[in-house]
Amino acid sequence: MGADKKASHPVCPGKHNLKELEEKLASEDGPRYWRSLEELAGDPAFQEQVQREFPRGASEWLEGFSRRGFLQLMGASLALAGLTSCTKQPLEPIVPYVRQPEEIVPGRPLFFATAMEMGGHARPLLVESHMGRPTKVEGNPDHPASLGGSDIFSQASVLELYDPDRSPAVAYSGEIRSYPAFLGAMQAPMSALRQAQGAGLRFLTRTVVSPTLADQLKTVLQVFPQAKWHQYEPVNRDNARAGAVMAFGEPVETQYRLAEADVILSLDADFLYPTFPGAVRHARDWASRRRPESSRPIGRLYVAETTYTATGGKADHRLPLRQMELEQFARAVAKGVGVNGAGGAASGMAGTWLSALVKDLQQHKGSCVVIAGEYQPPVIHALAHAMNAALGNVGRTVFYTDPVAANWVDENQSVTELVDDMKGGKVQLLVILGGNPVYDTPAELGFGLIMKGKVPLRIHHGLYQDETAQFCQWHINAAHYLEAWGDTRAYDGTTSIIQPLIAPLYNGKTDTEVMAIFTGQGETKAYDIVRAYWQRQLQKPAMPAPAARGKGKAAAAPPPAVDFEGFWRPAVHDGFIAGTTLQPKQPQLKNVDFGAGPQGSQPPLEINFRPDPSVFDGRFSNNAWLQELPKPVNKLTWDNGLLVGVETAHQMGLKTNDVVELKVGNRTLEAAVWVQTGQPSNVVTGFLGYGRRFAGRTGTGFGFDMYRIRTTKEPWSTAVEMRRTGDQYLLASTQGQQSMDTQLGTRDLVISATAGQYAQDPKAILRHHYTPEKDETLYYNYEYTSYAWGMSIDLSACVGCNACVIACQSENNIAVVGKEQVNKGRHMHWIRVDTYYQGDRDNPKAYFQPVPCMHCENAPCEYVCPVGATVHSSEGLNDMVYNRCVGTRYCSNNCPYKVRRFNFMLWQDWNTPQLKMMRNPEVTVRSRGVMEKCSYCVQRITQARIDSEREDRKVREADLMTACQQACPADAIAFGDINNPENRVSKLKGTARNYGLLSDLNTRPRTTYLAAINNPNPELPPPAEKN
Amino acid sequence: MEQKDRIEEISERHGRPPVMAPGHTFATITDKISSIVLTRPVSLGWLMGVGFVALWTFILLFAVSYLFYQGVGIWGVNVPVGWGFAITNFVWWVGIGHAGTLISAILLLLRQSWRNSINRFAEAMTLFAVACAGLFPILHLGRPWLAYWLFPYPNTMNVWPQFRSPLVWDVFAVSTYFTISLLFWFQGLIPDLATLRDRAVNRYARTIYGFMAMGWRGSARHWKRYHTAYLLLAGLATPLVLSVHTVVSFDFTIAIVPGWHSTIFPPYFVAGAIYSGFAMVLILAIPIRYFYGLEDFVTMRHLENSGMIMLATGLIVAYGYIMEPFMAWFGGNKYDMYQFWDRAHGPYWWVFLALISMNVVIPQVLWIGKLRRSPFWLFVISLDVLIGMWIERVVIVVVSLHRDFLTSSWGMYYPTKWDWFTFLGTIGFFFLCMLLFLRVLPMISIFELRELLPEAEVKVEP
Repeated sequence: MGADKKASHPVCPGKHNLKELEEKLASEDGPRYWRSLEELAGDPAFQEQVQREFPRGASEWLEGFSRRGFLQLMGASLALAGLTSCTKQPLEPIVPYVRQPEEIVPGRPLFFATAMEMGGHARPLLVESHMGRPTKVEGNPDHPASLGGSDIFSQASVLELYDPDRSPAVAYSGEIRSYPAFLGAMQAPMSALRQAQGAGLRFLTRTVVSPTLADQLKTVLQVFPQAKWHQYEPVNRDNARAGAVMAFGEPVETQYRLAEADVILSLDADFLYPTFPGAVRHARDWASRRRPESSRPIGRLYVAETTYTATGGKADHRLPLRQMELEQFARAVAKGVGVNGAGGAASGMAGTWLSALVKDLQQHKGSCVVIAGEYQPPVIHALAHAMNAALGNVGRTVFYTDPVAANWVDENQSVTELVDDMKGGKVQLLVILGGNPVYDTPAELGFGLIMKGKVPLRIHHGLYQDETAQFCQWHINAAHYLEAWGDTRAYDGTTSIIQPLIAPLYNGKTDTEVMAIFTGQGETKAYDIVRAYWQRQLQKPAMPAPAARGKGKAAAAPPPAVDFEGFWRPAVHDGFIAGTTLQPKQPQLKNVDFGAGPQGSQPPLEINFRPDPSVFDGRFSNNAWLQELPKPVNKLTWDNGLLVGVETAHQMGLKTNDVVELKVGNRTLEAAVWVQTGQPSNVVTGFLGYGRRFAGRTGTGFGFDMYRIRTTKEPWSTAVEMRRTGDQYLLASTQGQQSMDTQLGTRDLVISATAGQYAQDPKAILRHHYTPEKDETLYYNYEYTSYAWGMSIDLSACVGCNACVIACQSENNIAVVGKEQVNKGRHMHWIRVDTYYQGDRDNPKAYFQPVPCMHCENAPCEYVCPVGATVHSSEGLNDMVYNRCVGTRYCSNNCPYKVRRFNFMLWQDWNTPQLKMMRNPEVTVRSRGVMEKCSYCVQRITQARIDSEREDRKVREADLMTACQQACPADAIAFGDINNPENRVSKLKGTARNYGLLSDLNTRPRTTYLAAINNPNPELPPPAEKN
Repeated sequence: MEQKDRIEEISERHGRPPVMAPGHTFATITDKISSIVLTRPVSLGWLMGVGFVALWTFILLFAVSYLFYQGVGIWGVNVPVGWGFAITNFVWWVGIGHAGTLISAILLLLRQSWRNSINRFAEAMTLFAVACAGLFPILHLGRPWLAYWLFPYPNTMNVWPQFRSPLVWDVFAVSTYFTISLLFWFQGLIPDLATLRDRAVNRYARTIYGFMAMGWRGSARHWKRYHTAYLLLAGLATPLVLSVHTVVSFDFTIAIVPGWHSTIFPPYFVAGAIYSGFAMVLILAIPIRYFYGLEDFVTMRHLENSGMIMLATGLIVAYGYIMEPFMAWFGGNKYDMYQFWDRAHGPYWWVFLALISMNVVIPQVLWIGKLRRSPFWLFVISLDVLIGMWIERVVIVVVSLHRDFLTSSWGMYYPTKWDWFTFLGTIGFFFLCMLLFLRVLPMISIFELRELLPEAEVKVEP
């Protein structure tokens, strides 16, 4: 065998010395993936090939490959898994969300509770795992912050986990190193730091909510008293914090109980969209008050806002205002409800509003709420606090708690201090944990160049080799939350243990593991760090302890702690630690000096900066699902079009796709215009998170980098100059026309009525909606003797958050097609959220209408298919037989709802091993040339049917949810067997506001809608009425 | 024969040109036509023509290869416009194919003797046009390699086509039409093939023509059976002229798409088919008679008659254009009404304008006898009608689909270069087939032309 080994290039793997391989395997710690046995044996030729072929990671490959080409390229992707199917569970015991004690039944998924952290709070989740591969994310139904609903970011995080562009290795100056090599390299600087008591050591993190990480940071600051910890996120909550400090003298968190609110006034708060803390819960609570079937009166929503948001679309009264006008308006309302020293006056439309609004609020003392937007200056927050106090809402609809963030600081100030220190040469070693400050700090700070020029040693820890990684010597590839142990807290403070579902694909490290170097824990595993932290906590008397595993009632008082495992297992299993929800406190409202209000005249033009609805602050740029997700209201994909109001565009001669130059101070940026109805005049809105330079193959290069003109002083709204450059830039939107009006009259696609009309005569709202009788058909009617699946979508409740779209994409293995193809109308979403505007051009009401397949009983698609590839099932499903489809597209032409999507080319990536792991094994991956569409999640129906047949019973309502239904935070979608009159869906279909879309075509859709019920204030001029 | 004479008499009385120039005998006719195939040298012009259209045929092959490699996504089709140029071209080519059968079968039954000079190449045109048409339904499939699933063949899965779908009806209609047309054409060729066999000096030519002539000796019995079979086939083909485009129109009328779902489509499609078919006959006849010196056989009479048929069918088509919006308005269907509003005012208004001017307005000049009798102007107007009829199909297929029921799903269709390559490539392929046909088969029926001579009349001695 020794002689064999001397042959330098073994031809076949069998020639390797097996014993040697085993030794190699044993010597490496942790699970490891290899591409071939040559690599495993450490064959020098192979190593050289690896070095040469993949020198610096994905960013090098950008040039010369089309974005679609990258899919093919991925087959040869670096690092990971030559042996895809061999996924490994983490070595440590993770606790499945048990249905059966045996835990794993091959082919059946398991569910694990965990949580995803984003923007300073966690989203509690339940993650589906197929044979050790996380494939689908759901909200944790037991957790008060979710109640089963989820959002686009957590839904799409599965793709982030398997993103082939994720950083695959530790790197030094772009060259691959091992983690032990990094640890070794840290020895010298660490001992120097120890002598200097940490002088020159700086940590830059995102907003830290993890108790363990915060504890580690505190420990480090004790060990290195001279070290400093900075926090920065571009979409931070500085204003909310400053507003609370202004009102109460301490940074308190504001929590809302929207289910109790009869009247809501939003001051630029997009509180129904998941960029807002707790939006998933808010949507559920808010929607519960929008249903006329409920015994409680329908709530009323006033929104004054500076950009058209999804929440604005749901408002009963929406008031588009400029920043300064909004402040005046807020002050005037505050004055009206009895807040001293608010000042302010409102004119125009706002003036008309004022008295009616104030009256409405005062009539609902204790059952109304004023919500200040995260991006509004502190004074608006303080005013909102004062108004809530004056209206007696505190303790009823508004609660205050301690902050969720571990150490809530002014982050803009924090990062500015760091840059100043760097400039002064005071920083020797900068550790950037998560975050991408080189990209997402305002360009005026000059973070990247200053850091590169002045900081001798820079360490970046992140999921991607992003802009910041390019500026740092060391890059540590981070573990994704689905492959990492950790802990975090939801917006209400409920603490969750993050448990991994899969061993790190690329041996990534968690932030706690990196911090362990500095706390002196060395190379400790995150599992041990987190457990050790909680063990310490449990020994403290104050710690709430296990036992009370109350479902959803996390606040129940706990009995004293017994043993750690008794605490740990339920906490990991349930996805949260019982009893950790923050308790309401009563901070004392100070006698606030609100100042004199805005002085001087408004700038001729101002720009709002907002986090992008899809890619947030840019961290999801490489997530193709989110990139291709049509943003709420404007339905743009792949870009951040600059929103310009109709009036302003008209004045400046701008059209959609025109490129303009924006100038803030002496910084300029070119961006493409999207003309947006409902946008206030002389205000443009730019979304953060685009114009990435090193995002990966999916996200690099799209859109415009608003950070380049953002400032730390005025991060959310500032004066801007704008001029046309004459260039054009193509923006891809998925929706053709955003109105139900044609030149020959309006089509009643979304039917709406006011609560008053509906209460008076429920039947009258559908009087113009014609539905033919059952016998008006030449064919025999189908008989549905077993089940008859049906869906009901409540247009009152739908908040347009898109969670259903991404949930469907994840559940059903739906491909992305890229910007060019979206522009051609070839996007593949099985469910889409149509947006229609109604009324005034400058301030229209928006309606959101989720459109899945209607599963018509008289389906126009079925009879035109020449090969019978789309057929009617005995349960009324309109089944798509991919194998049989030859691709005539006749069914799509004849589908009046246009819900059928066609694989015009090979959209699916058949090669990338990571993406193979991601897919739902229950759903066929469609090939080129076949039609596809919503199946009502037939795989879930089938599973439920099999289960019920085994138990010799009918499928119960609780057995089954479609992916869109399960994800919906507003609970707007009901699904089930309409043959059973007891089911919720049957009852909803029996209400007077139930109607079928285009039912005049006699399609008899199984998916029906509940008409949108608005509740406008009768004292205000009505938003333009339909008909 | 009495009837024929009467028609001739009337025609002469009105000063119309004869069906055949005077002075021809059996021999001159046979010599003239067979020499084109047998003795005429290959001319430079013909070679250049073949070279040019062969180039387009290669472009077609290239476009189709790339299509098979990438998928139909290389075309401009999308959701909502699932059918684009492919179906447009299919309908257009099938329509063109109608004139051949109309001339050979219906005019035969109606004893229109002038058909004898033009039926041969009109039938060839039909075959080649239907062949071009037949390509498109296959090419436009997402998975063209499975096109045979549209045929009801016995298989182990026991899966059959879905007979409620008009696309399956299409398969039967078009394949039947192609088969009958091919048989009819071939049967018509048999006596002429025998003539060529007898006159060919080249051994190979003699063998091939002889093989194809199927032992034709021209005996009285042969002729008797021949005529019976020919009439029977004509009788079979006659309903097909009406049925094929009726079935093709069902592809649209059976659907619920506004602008498609209309009962006027069958007659209006058939009229449109004949309209474009005769335009193509003129496009072919005018250069052929010029270049091959066949003015004696394809006379002004033929050209003028074709022009008059175009005028008549064009008016039927125009009637269809008027009735469609009228019925939409009269029926009060808001989707239909919007569809016709959109045609004239929507983003494709200029296509609609081109349609009306090219298909309705311009052809009205055929009322002017002078233009109707000018080969040049007839050629120009035929070209106009061909383009107009193609645009009509674009309007029906694309414009109807681009704005249907849900305003949110409205979209636009922009053809890509591959759409154009495929379309123009089939035109190249069509003319390649035509040019080869002119050189290897008698482009005018020799024996039927001979029947026109007075000598051919059977005189029954009292």
